[in-house]
Amino acid sequence: MSLSRRAVLTGIFGVLSLRPVQATPEMMDAAIAEFAKGRAIKPGRVKLDLPPLVENGNAVPLTVSVDSPMTEDDFVARIALFNEKNPQPNIAVFQLRPAAGRALVSTRIRLGDSQFITAIAETNKGELFMTKAELVVTLPACAEN
Amino acid sequence: MASVLINVPKAVRKGDVIEIKTLISHPMETGFRSAPDGKLIPRDIIYRFVCTFEGVEIFAADLFPAISANPFIAFTMRAERSGTLTFRWLDDKGGAQVETARLDVQ
Repeated sequence: MSLSRRAVLTGIFGVLSLRPVQATPEMMDAAIAEFAKGRAIKPGRVKLDLPPLVENGNAVPLTVSVDSPMTEDDFVARIALFNEKNPQPNIAVFQLRPAAGRALVSTRIRLGDSQFITAIAETNKGELFMTKAELVVTLPACAEN
Repeated sequence: MASVLINVPKAVRKGDVIEIKTLISHPMETGFRSAPDGKLIPRDIIYRFVCTFEGVEIFAADLFPAISANPFIAFTMRAERSGTLTFRWLDDKGGAQVETARLDVQ
């Protein structure tokens, strides 16, 4: 039985398309643009605490805090987290109120690869602030596949 | 449904900013993994978490598959008076887990 060139190529592309999907920095930029809705994003005020090197990407501790008085007139309304290389660029969006007292949230995230994490804070006036942190993952979350 | 751990500080004075920690058991299946037979395992994550104090929302989160299994979320609140905190987790299977905790301000 001889294989046609078309059958071989279709087979190769079929195998390639089965690889796990991965987001790209462009997808993260698109997700950030959707969050920002055309507003300018300034650096600063946001602090992202991540271990610089983790062994296991399945549960990476993350703390994000924003320098804000958290009063009725001036508070952080939302904090969004984005990644570059997981299958999806979004990680979480936190919604805060002045009653929080401080803009400080901790959670644990999954990371499919070593990459930059981006945190963006939105104040009640609609201003956006961002920061980035890089970390190295030695055993990514998707390795069992 | 799932087992839940909630940590609200004791011995809180009026005006203190306290950290509330929550942990719930949940697989947070991403929807990107495949079973041994090659089929994709359908997504099943907690996509929404809301905390209210005496009926007023104080914190909420939209979660995505990049949140670890057994989601841990910690956030802050300024303690002005005693009351009941209500925590609500919603997942893709339509499940809702509701827990309450007491905040005592001295």
